[in-house]
Amino acid sequence: MSNEPLVQIRDLNFTYDRRPVLTGINMTIPRGKVVAIMGQSGCGKTTTLRLIGGQLRPTQGEVRFDGRVVHEQDVDELYAMRRRMGMLFQFGALFTDISAFDNVAFQMREHTDLPEEMIRDLVLCKLNAVGLRGAQDLMPAELSGGMARRVALARAIALDPLLMMYDEPFTGLDPITMGVIGQLIRKLNDALGGSSIIVTHDVQESLQIVDYVYFMADGKVVAEGTPDEIRASDKAYVHQFVWGEMDGPVPFQYPSAPYREQIYGAAHA
Amino acid sequence: MLDRATSALRGLGNRVTSRIWRLGFASRFFLAILLYSGTSFRRFFLTIREIYFTGVLSLIIILVSGLFVGMVLGLQGYDTLQRYGSSEALGILVALSLVRELGPVVSALLFASRAGSAITAEIGLMKATEQLSAMEMMAVNPIARVVAPRFWAGVISMPLLAALFSAMGIFGGYLVGVVLIGVDEGSFWSQMQASVDFREDIVNGVIKSVVFGILVSWIAVFEGYDSEPTAEGVSGATTRTVVTSSLVILAADFILTAFMFRGA
Repeated sequence: MSNEPLVQIRDLNFTYDRRPVLTGINMTIPRGKVVAIMGQSGCGKTTTLRLIGGQLRPTQGEVRFDGRVVHEQDVDELYAMRRRMGMLFQFGALFTDISAFDNVAFQMREHTDLPEEMIRDLVLCKLNAVGLRGAQDLMPAELSGGMARRVALARAIALDPLLMMYDEPFTGLDPITMGVIGQLIRKLNDALGGSSIIVTHDVQESLQIVDYVYFMADGKVVAEGTPDEIRASDKAYVHQFVWGEMDGPVPFQYPSAPYREQIYGAAHA
Repeated sequence: MLDRATSALRGLGNRVTSRIWRLGFASRFFLAILLYSGTSFRRFFLTIREIYFTGVLSLIIILVSGLFVGMVLGLQGYDTLQRYGSSEALGILVALSLVRELGPVVSALLFASRAGSAITAEIGLMKATEQLSAMEMMAVNPIARVVAPRFWAGVISMPLLAALFSAMGIFGGYLVGVVLIGVDEGSFWSQMQASVDFREDIVNGVIKSVVFGILVSWIAVFEGYDSEPTAEGVSGATTRTVVTSSLVILAADFILTAFMFRGA
């Protein structure tokens, strides 16, 4: 196995509609590690994932996956690259017109010539890994939020990807399911021997399972470190985020006119 | 005053240019569908499945509407023709009206409302729930896997539905004209057989329905794929599919008719 990091992001800038979304992002995702990207909603975390997956093109800078620059690949090369990536979407994004089994089998049927019997065995293995072998015949509408997320996880690991990307995997889950998903992410990463990137704002859950954390705010990386370093950080933004404080560098109030002025009018302010 | 006029002009210009941009996107999207259509034919079961949803499930509305349109044609046609003592020509009137115009046009309008809106809503919701993004991340091209089979299913279904609509309409005209009113059955069928030309009437009708099938399916898949990924976005796109398709069908019908039937 090469010592080169699986994903390297260098001086990444992304502008949407003339508005800078990401500015000067540098990140390294080593092989075999689970890395979290944390930050408030709208700080550019999901955009970073989409740039890694080649769904967006950087304005400046580059993302390297397994040594190759993602945005320089042509369509066929990009699709070949994506076969070695897996992505878990925020709400699973299961195909609603096919069963849990067929969702997990989707990539195998699309990308391989495996006989149906072998696909069946592989799908049952993947569903067993997420504890849902018994739910193989259920349709996505019959699954709870947590179960749908687990089926989506089984689908994402169908072809044993080198890199797993998780977009807000804990959103809207109860504490038990959250713990189950967290443990699955860690165990699957270690079992597959790949790397994982978790985009999340769920601090406590993710700090228990990740090896390294990048904190983002306003499209920039504002802090980074191991979970212990993050917990002990005295940086005001990290402190506010980790301990869920109401006010701090991230203000409680949305920018507005002075309170008195707005209530009583400019003349009485 | 001048400011208001300038901003009104600017607004108008913006609306015009944004529509031209959108037309450009739609054209490129159409080319992409053609480019990635291989999967729809190589794995024809994908297209067959969509033919079931767009074509087979539209059968009821098409057949019932065709029957009623034919029955109304029978009543109205008889009422007019008997004033000139030529009620035996009812078969010709019913058949020509249906095969040349009403069959392709009305079935296309119904197809846009029944199947076009469903295609837009389905693709729009797939986009809103990130199913299309998920497919892209699984290295599967959503245009090849989702859009093209639905497009070709519409193109294949439309002429078949139009033919069934016309057949049901002729049957409806027969029921009213011959069974109910008592027009001579022999005249009804023989005059129809003698006057409806295969190339001039039937083939032109089929060409029309193929063109309408392409237009409606193109509009439906594009509106779905281009919709805002929100509830309002999908509902707006669905409405636009029905409105735009209806207007485009009627406009295209006029153009095609002008070229096809010049009274020669």
